[in-house]
Amino acid sequence: MGAGHAHTLHHPGDSVVHRLPAHVKIVVAFVLVVAVVATPREAFWVFGAHLVLLVAIWVAARLPVTAIAARSVIEAPFVVLAVLLPFLAAGPRIEVLGLPLSVDGLLAGWNILVKGTLGVLVSITLGMTTPVRDLLAGLTRLRVPGMVTTIATLMVRYLEVIAAEARRMRLARVARGNDPRFLWQIGPTIRGVGTLFLRSYERGERVHLAMLARGYTGAMPLLGDTTAGRRTWTVALVPAVAAVLCATAGYA
Amino acid sequence: MRETQRRGARPSSEPSLEVEGLAFAYPDGHQTLFGVDLRIERGERVALLGPNGAGKTTLVLHLNGVHRAGAGTVRVGGLEVARPHLQEIRRRVGVVFQDPDDQLFMPTVGDDVAFGPANFGVVEPDLSLRVKTALDAVGMGEHADRSPMHLSGGQRRRVALATVLACDPEILVLDEPSSNLDPVARRELAEVLLGLDRTMLMVTHDLPYALQLCPRAVVIDDGVVVADAPTRELLADAAFLAGHRLELPFGFRV
Repeated sequence: MGAGHAHTLHHPGDSVVHRLPAHVKIVVAFVLVVAVVATPREAFWVFGAHLVLLVAIWVAARLPVTAIAARSVIEAPFVVLAVLLPFLAAGPRIEVLGLPLSVDGLLAGWNILVKGTLGVLVSITLGMTTPVRDLLAGLTRLRVPGMVTTIATLMVRYLEVIAAEARRMRLARVARGNDPRFLWQIGPTIRGVGTLFLRSYERGERVHLAMLARGYTGAMPLLGDTTAGRRTWTVALVPAVAAVLCATAGYA
Repeated sequence: MRETQRRGARPSSEPSLEVEGLAFAYPDGHQTLFGVDLRIERGERVALLGPNGAGKTTLVLHLNGVHRAGAGTVRVGGLEVARPHLQEIRRRVGVVFQDPDDQLFMPTVGDDVAFGPANFGVVEPDLSLRVKTALDAVGMGEHADRSPMHLSGGQRRRVALATVLACDPEILVLDEPSSNLDPVARRELAEVLLGLDRTMLMVTHDLPYALQLCPRAVVIDDGVVVADAPTRELLADAAFLAGHRLELPFGFRV
């Protein structure tokens, strides 16, 4: 629950990619992910082509590779699963460096690893080039139901407030002699979650009052919104179309 | 700057706030207001004092139509608080809530200040101008793109004030504006408030702050107005204060 997760993902800049309207980028990112997922797992070269496309976008967006790598650590748990699969899966085996590995497991692990990594990289690229508020405005423009974007907007803001509250409650427990070691803390922590829920619920009511007081009628005003012309769409969709073509070629 | 902010104010002689015989009971039958009368002229700054549970917050929630009067009327700038023009009432009554974390719910300061006016139908380019004017008025013009999470308590309080100023309200209602502020932030907020030249109703337990900011004070206890007098006069009456669970801080003398 580090401070400012929502804000550290974004990598401010003024590149072509940064300046694209958020809803355009969301559509492109979505198509890219679908193309990656739809690529057959045996078409190894196609994944290379997807990666080349991504690198081209990074160059255009002037994103440093180190920053991208730091943000991809989030994928680590899935990598562990992918590495375990060749050992655990059944079926015909193959010798690799003296280890008997399952062929099916190897392919399944590769499938998870490569698609997961590319998917994460696409999402990170979107997050790094688009501030959260623009993402939300983009989702609204793409007709995502208002209630969903409103909840997301409030979550962006209150995740940190609630995390801070949880930290204060933990501190208050520790200050009164509750053993800070993990196992010993489980009981009070679980009770704390209940309290935290009640407090958050009450805060929700107060926030709603404050929203009503400033004229909220059930729809968030559309802020930070930009429109996209045909030219913008055409340019932005080039990588998306390219990825789809590559994926299709993988079936040939 | 003030020109643009006061644009919505009408040059009539209607009082900013007129409460007559207001009574209210919660749905569970617990009655908190028993006939409150209060009249605030345009440009006045009034402190609303009273012990906990006296009905101060309940009164405030009547001013912008969150609660509906059981009996009596509330008028803001001549317009009665009633369902058909609730939206206009909420524009006219700017409530600054006690905890800025409740009031600042958008990802950035600028978005939060824009939230109110956008709801009231202000569109670009006026909207950006409103946001800038309101943030400048509270000395936070530089921070429009920051997250409220990264501001100090005093800065958050001033941004909360800006979110309401951007709606160009007829009357500002401040709920415990000085709570949780360090002395410097408290003074800075006072300077901002004194420089605004707006009708103000300030709910507070901070009696010296009331004295500093509001020439007139109204005391509510047990759901009725028990005093309405110049603040200094009221705070000098130790026996009266004691009778209503009010008390000046140690060492403070009027």
